Amino acid sequence: MTEQLGHDELLMAHAAGRLPEPLALVVATHLALSPAARERYGRFEALGGVFLDETQPTALAADSWDRLLARLDDEPAATGPGGAEKASESRLPRPLRDYLPGPLESLRWRNYGTAAEYELPLRTPGFRTTLINVRAGKRVPRHTHEGNELTVVLEGAFHDATGRYRRGDLAIADRSIDHRPTAKEDRDCLCLAVTDAPLRLTGPFGRLLNPFLRF
Amino acid sequence: MRSVALGRDRAAFGRIFAFYGPRVKAYLRRLGAGDAAAEDLTQEVMLSVWKRAHQYDRGRAALSTWIYTIARNKRIDALRRDRRPDFDPDDPALVVAGDGAPRGDRHAEAEQVRREVMRAVERLPQEQAQLLRIFYFEEKPHSVIAEELGLPLGTVKSRLRLALSKLRVLMDGFDG
Repeated sequence: MTEQLGHDELLMAHAAGRLPEPLALVVATHLALSPAARERYGRFEALGGVFLDETQPTALAADSWDRLLARLDDEPAATGPGGAEKASESRLPRPLRDYLPGPLESLRWRNYGTAAEYELPLRTPGFRTTLINVRAGKRVPRHTHEGNELTVVLEGAFHDATGRYRRGDLAIADRSIDHRPTAKEDRDCLCLAVTDAPLRLTGPFGRLLNPFLRF
Repeated sequence: MRSVALGRDRAAFGRIFAFYGPRVKAYLRRLGAGDAAAEDLTQEVMLSVWKRAHQYDRGRAALSTWIYTIARNKRIDALRRDRRPDFDPDDPALVVAGDGAPRGDRHAEAEQVRREVMRAVERLPQEQAQLLRIFYFEEKPHSVIAEELGLPLGTVKSRLRLALSKLRVLMDGFDG
């Protein structure tokens, strides 16, 4: 119940245009992969429309309509969605696809045993946005959260203390949870994750690796 | 709206402009745009409505919803430093519901969603609906909202959660 409320809170914040870029990216990716979430999200966008309908109007400049009319002619109507895309190459949806410099294999992954990680080139201060690939049946190194973490499953499935997550699912972990995602046995699990504070590795290996991982 | 798309019907578009132009401007003003900037951005928003009329999918969203999303995106593009990535409904990699069942009148569905949401808001306690409006129409952080309402920050946060939680019950109550 609380989890569902947190989920709706994120959808609403995205609909209201209040999420910082990294969080918007995770929520948008979740929406692209989950038709059920899109249906819920549609209501929160509809809520924006309801508020727009009922808002007290502000007078426009007297020449506003004429100015617009003058521009209707010289602007050619936009054509439909631009051409066929090479989306078939990738099962990754937009907008995530557009944030990656190349195919998954070409990215500069940082390997740490049971998992590998690639940090996306987002610059919003205070957030860290990564792709994490967890090996089939393996657990990511122990880490605790100094902040909150949002994770959306892109391929495969994982489970942790909070539940089981499949492709398209969004996991919300707050700072009180020391969660260690474990990928399902049958295949690697690829996730997109955002943390709002740097992670700190705490396990025996984690501590050792820490300086190299620049956490 | 269909006549705007199909016939490039200026009279029909004029009626949409007369209603939504001043509301889009109000939205932009409340989100902190100055009068001139709000005026210019309103032009951009309404021009987009005209140019993209043929892309408007009545099955996907009510007209108010669609115009709201255009205004929201234009504002962020123009006034905010970071971007707001969003999913692309036409992306071939989008995962769609796999039931394969024939769809009914999707326009009626989108319109019904709008009506359900509107009725849910009407049934919220006044101060909760008010907080939701502020959440959508003002970019102030919660702390500033709290100050203006003369409430402790914790109260604003919990009241917003309460409003959302109640809204969900009201919206879900219309399901099935």
